[in-house]
Amino acid sequence: MLSIKNLHATIDGKEILRGINLDIKPGEVHAIMGPNGAGKSTLANVLTGRPGYEVTEGSVIFNGKELLELAPEERAGEGLFLSFQYPVEIPGLSTTNFVKTAVNEVRKYRGQEPLDAVAFLKLIKEKMALMEINQSLLSRSLNEGFSGGEKKRNEIFQMAMLEPKLAILDETDSGLDIDAIRVVSNGVNKIKSSENAVLAITHYQRLLDYIVPDFVHVLYNGKIVKSGPKELALELEEKGYDFIKAELGELQGA
Amino acid sequence: MDTPIFLKEQFEKLQAQETSELTGFRQQAFQNLEQYGIPTLKHEEWRYTRVNTLFNKDYEVNNNTGLTWEQLSDNRLPGYQDANELVFVNGVFNPSLSNLLSADLEVLPLNEAAAVYKNIVDTYLGHSADYLKDGINALSSAFVHGGVFIQVKRSKAVEHPVYIYNVAVATDVNVLAQPRSLVYLQQNAQLTITETNITLGSQQSFTNKVMEIVLEQDANLSYYLIQNDSTNASQVSTTHIRHIGTSYSKAVTVSLDGALVRNNLNIILEAPHCESHMYGLSLLSGTTHVDNHTIVDNRQPDCLSNELYKGLFDGNSTGVFNGKIFVQQIAQKTNAFQSNKNILLSDGASVNTKPQLEIFADNVKCSHGCTIGQLDEEALFYLQSRGITENSAKAMLLHGFAIDVLDNITNEAIKKYVDVIISKRLNFDLETI
Repeated sequence: MLSIKNLHATIDGKEILRGINLDIKPGEVHAIMGPNGAGKSTLANVLTGRPGYEVTEGSVIFNGKELLELAPEERAGEGLFLSFQYPVEIPGLSTTNFVKTAVNEVRKYRGQEPLDAVAFLKLIKEKMALMEINQSLLSRSLNEGFSGGEKKRNEIFQMAMLEPKLAILDETDSGLDIDAIRVVSNGVNKIKSSENAVLAITHYQRLLDYIVPDFVHVLYNGKIVKSGPKELALELEEKGYDFIKAELGELQGA
Repeated sequence: MDTPIFLKEQFEKLQAQETSELTGFRQQAFQNLEQYGIPTLKHEEWRYTRVNTLFNKDYEVNNNTGLTWEQLSDNRLPGYQDANELVFVNGVFNPSLSNLLSADLEVLPLNEAAAVYKNIVDTYLGHSADYLKDGINALSSAFVHGGVFIQVKRSKAVEHPVYIYNVAVATDVNVLAQPRSLVYLQQNAQLTITETNITLGSQQSFTNKVMEIVLEQDANLSYYLIQNDSTNASQVSTTHIRHIGTSYSKAVTVSLDGALVRNNLNIILEAPHCESHMYGLSLLSGTTHVDNHTIVDNRQPDCLSNELYKGLFDGNSTGVFNGKIFVQQIAQKTNAFQSNKNILLSDGASVNTKPQLEIFADNVKCSHGCTIGQLDEEALFYLQSRGITENSAKAMLLHGFAIDVLDNITNEAIKKYVDVIISKRLNFDLETI
């Protein structure tokens, strides 16, 4: 589904990603962990096409297409979704109108007819229940004055509405209390199927108690330095990232 | 600059033609006009607005002319079937085009009111001159003629909104139209006013409007000004709201088109616990120039004022925002908020913004802020990442920026009318939502 080969990227001339290699297949959950400044968010941003980053080397194939050549909205149309670490507040645009426009633009990209009012209402009600979101939240301006938990729930609600093939969760757990993490993870797990995949970026292991990964990758200094099963996350939580640094030091020393 | 000859001539003519209770008022104002002169860029309050260039040509003043609703049908405001419509033609109130539905709304020619309600007219007509010491305000008063007095009696809520059309017929000659009104809301009275300008013909029009509004205790006023006149139309619109009792006012100014536009909105809070809200939206292109000057004068304690002005500037348009807040020494516990946000959509557009706070009390909450920028890149990316194309995303963001102001228009027909205009301008498809 997604194949990243030797990806290098810079921001303001500074190299952040220094050769990422990663393959994700349908039905898989991958977690990327790493200390601050390792390049976790940069990877999410480069994959989704946020302006300001320059890819200097490497390639990303998504569903057989050169992902990096597509505009952000085309990537969404292809089935890529990013749950933002800091969802943007947009005054004057109601969440419902925004989601409706997004759903229909994505459908248009995929060659599907736009949803009529009845079908949209049915879909939105189903997904609202899934994310424990009420109508009053949706009629408010997008994310404006939402609590941290409401913002993240709204992100996963949008994911549920857009039904992406690959969802990237960028620090979706940061700043959330345990109840909110449960609701958000629950939503992700219900959307999860053998057809789609999740790439969860997180600093802490806690989220992975709820969204259980098939693979854990450690990102450090712009590279994936270690990959392993879900137990690797527990080891990282226990020993801290210093153990990776030490291990790397030994490797480099050898 | 000196008073133009044509104004002197036409002033003499008017004084000879119409003698009323207002003759002396006009004479005094003309002296003020001679003393102040027409403001140039050297005048601090006019440093970004070249109003004097409008006097490079002569105008007909008080040029009375026949007109029918057919000629105005394109510009009639929606919801008019349920509105009290007042029409000024070239500055003179036209009773035959006007249409009054509400028995609780009293409308009298101003010169008659000056006799019938001598006390009110003597006390309140011309109060804006205390705050606007310039030749433009004096010019309006010097030519007071054909104005109206609008009154709502105690505890009457005028259900049907008032629509005021300031029409300038500039088919054959340049026209100087100076509609003048005095609005008086007695205790606990309620009124909603929507005002707009229409220029017919391709000669130049200059509308110098002054509306002075007085609010007694518990009065409630909503005032909407919709400016979407043609590019041969300039205007100075002065709306002066005096809260003489604890009362509520809301003003929404929407500027969409025109040549040179200057709005003076004065809120004078003369009783404690008054509440006043001011909203403005400029959506400009071409070479349109819109200057919003607002004054909030807190003269008693515990008042709240809240001000939000937004601007979207395209083409070579220019915007000015100047927001003054005075808090007099006695006006403790004043809450006064002001915000001015602007987005420049082209390299040729520009905006000058200046908040001005003069606070003489020590226990107050005042805030002000202004921003000038481009579209928020982060918000744009957020929408695009959800599959929305760049152009649609831009339109959605700009529409959202504007709707924030329009949401304060509680007359749904007027709000929709403005929303349709701005959505079309921003290529925002209202049908998709």
